[in-house]
Amino acid sequence: MESFSDQQSREEIISSANRARWELGVNFHDTVIESIYEDASRIARKTVVVEGGREAYSTDIAIDKIVTSRWLGFPIMFLLLALVFWLTVAGANYPSGLLANLLIDKFLPVLHSLGDWLHMPSWLTGVLFDGAYLALAWVVAVMLPPMAIFFPMFTLLEDLGYLPRVAFNMDSLFRRAGAHGKQALTMSMGFGCNAAGVVAARVIDSPRERLIAIITNNFSLCNGRWPTQILIATIFIGSMVPAAWAGLVSAGAVVTIAVTGIVFSLVVSWGLSKTVLKGEASAFSLELPPYRPPRLMQTLYTSLIDRTIFVLWRAMVFAMPAGVVIWLVANIHVGDQSIAEHFIHWANPFALFFGLNGVILLAYIIAIPANEIVIPTILMLTVLSANIVRAGAGTGVMFELDSLEDTAGILRQGGWTLLTGVNLMLFSLLHNPCSTTIYTIYKETGSMKWTMLATFLPIVMGLIICFFTTQIWHLYHI
Amino acid sequence: MSQNIKHDCENCPVHNKANLVRLGINPENVDFIIALAGNPNTGKSTVFNNFTGLKQHTGNWPGKTVSRAEGGYIFNDKKYKVVDLPGTYSLLSTSTDEEVARNFILFGQPDVTVIVTDATRLERNLNLALQILEITDRAVLCLNLMDEARRNNIKIDIRALSRELGIPVIPASARSREGMDELLLAIEEVASGKYVCRPHKIKSKSAGLNHAISEISGQLMAHFPGLPNATWVAMRLLEGDSSIIEAIRSGHLGSLSPDREVTQPV
Repeated sequence: MESFSDQQSREEIISSANRARWELGVNFHDTVIESIYEDASRIARKTVVVEGGREAYSTDIAIDKIVTSRWLGFPIMFLLLALVFWLTVAGANYPSGLLANLLIDKFLPVLHSLGDWLHMPSWLTGVLFDGAYLALAWVVAVMLPPMAIFFPMFTLLEDLGYLPRVAFNMDSLFRRAGAHGKQALTMSMGFGCNAAGVVAARVIDSPRERLIAIITNNFSLCNGRWPTQILIATIFIGSMVPAAWAGLVSAGAVVTIAVTGIVFSLVVSWGLSKTVLKGEASAFSLELPPYRPPRLMQTLYTSLIDRTIFVLWRAMVFAMPAGVVIWLVANIHVGDQSIAEHFIHWANPFALFFGLNGVILLAYIIAIPANEIVIPTILMLTVLSANIVRAGAGTGVMFELDSLEDTAGILRQGGWTLLTGVNLMLFSLLHNPCSTTIYTIYKETGSMKWTMLATFLPIVMGLIICFFTTQIWHLYHI
Repeated sequence: MSQNIKHDCENCPVHNKANLVRLGINPENVDFIIALAGNPNTGKSTVFNNFTGLKQHTGNWPGKTVSRAEGGYIFNDKKYKVVDLPGTYSLLSTSTDEEVARNFILFGQPDVTVIVTDATRLERNLNLALQILEITDRAVLCLNLMDEARRNNIKIDIRALSRELGIPVIPASARSREGMDELLLAIEEVASGKYVCRPHKIKSKSAGLNHAISEISGQLMAHFPGLPNATWVAMRLLEGDSSIIEAIRSGHLGSLSPDREVTQPV
């Protein structure tokens, strides 16, 4: 039990502190800080010696002058990004084909004969093997090789200390957009994972600027979307130029999409800070860490474990139920058509208006839990709706795809054009965040209103952008 | 026969790689609680991972630890819980990350606070170290990134630094595990009371301020007997820190201080 006098004496402590504060005057806080700084500098003078004439970190400073310079900063940034993508595009094709061959051509028949041997009913082998297993195999074959190349390179750049320089370059742009300079950091985190970027927005103190950072984080292409971009760019854009240039051109296309995302991030931040989240940008200081030689082996290990395996695991966890859903919507018939065909035919006119198609819309609905499974879902649904059926297999089964050329063939047979590819890349950048990110936004903001805005704003923008792209396209091509 | 001959190294307490058992996440019934504090991007998370065997994502990136991470290890049969705090430049302002760090050191009352500093930017790092020494008496300074300091021809007089600060100073470069055993040992010595810290305290030149601080800390001690850092609380109270005022008004401050069970969740 607490007595009244306890409470009273506590109030007395507070009020005597208040009195003393008035007596001491306003410079009290400064006095304390001054004496701390004085002591720190005295101790440092006594204990630290810099030997030799060369200033410490003179190399770092020289490098920073170049990579954060007004004229070279951005070009260097884009070149580095392009290099990373080019290596990814160039390196991923062969292992992808190998994995597809192994997991789909070789292992799926083994599973089917196992099912026959166990006298499993056909709906069960369908759901298990042609649904869940195939989706899983597809995620591994399509996603693993680019991730295993892209993530270690990205981690090396991060370990080296380059990402804070990116933030430094971007800082003034964000401030001019009325956002916090630290948003450049949360944006860069978003290139890894949007949910992580949303959580990282905690480093921003002002609630207004934090909300802007959270809402616009989705415009950073995340891990789950890079492979979609790389694959579609390779199939539709790289194939337009001679083979020698294909890798470079596809990498350039992916960089263009990533940069478009940054532009959207800035424009939306500016729009928000001029309308619903009005206010001035607050100042902050960003310390550029020294460059550190990356530890190669450790980086390879952590990026494989932390990112590749993590993202792959997430994709697999979401892919299996999605595979089941895909098989079911493809095999449950209402009237003379399956549910999937009903939806695709119903959505097609609307989707084509935006330069997309019914398959893409259905894939984005099935793939809300994880962006990682969009491409496998699209491929499975395309195979089904275009009635490209492998001999002896039922509907909803994946075609055998040993290489990117086969994937491209399937998409073209499904009625895809260069325009569909470009629009898919744009829509992959501009659509709702994955369910994990949506949940994280809700947890971080505690507000349904802002969560809804962050969810629907990108979809609306994506549809508008795809619509205009399509109209302009038709204007010049027909 | 040869097993009877003990190598000198094995008798040295530093030879104890085998004495470290990493517990990963969620240690229970711990003997000591260790906090890792320091400026952003000084390698706190790398030290944390070294101790606990966890794989907290590390990066050359200031401010990547936003909330605190926890893990555990056993060293020389004692169980430790490690709390990785967000990196901050000071404990005096009111941003979320600074509050997480400050409240933990102040109210969580870790048995040892390990101040991880960047050897190449010692002066700036000392500003925070001195502020931490204002709130806690038991601390170890980990002088991290010594490899970089060497590369940049920076020499630091470890013994003089330790004398000035009144706490153990361990040179390290956590990335390559250099100095980690010595750090574990220093933590053990401070936690067990074998090493008694005499931390540097800031002396203000203002007589009026010193008078007010001693008066208010006296009142605080009378009301909250056993309050471990009354001087610092008095200073914050004088500055009008609203979270401290609230803790006093509700009596919350008192319930946090005396005879805390180490097994209690903090």
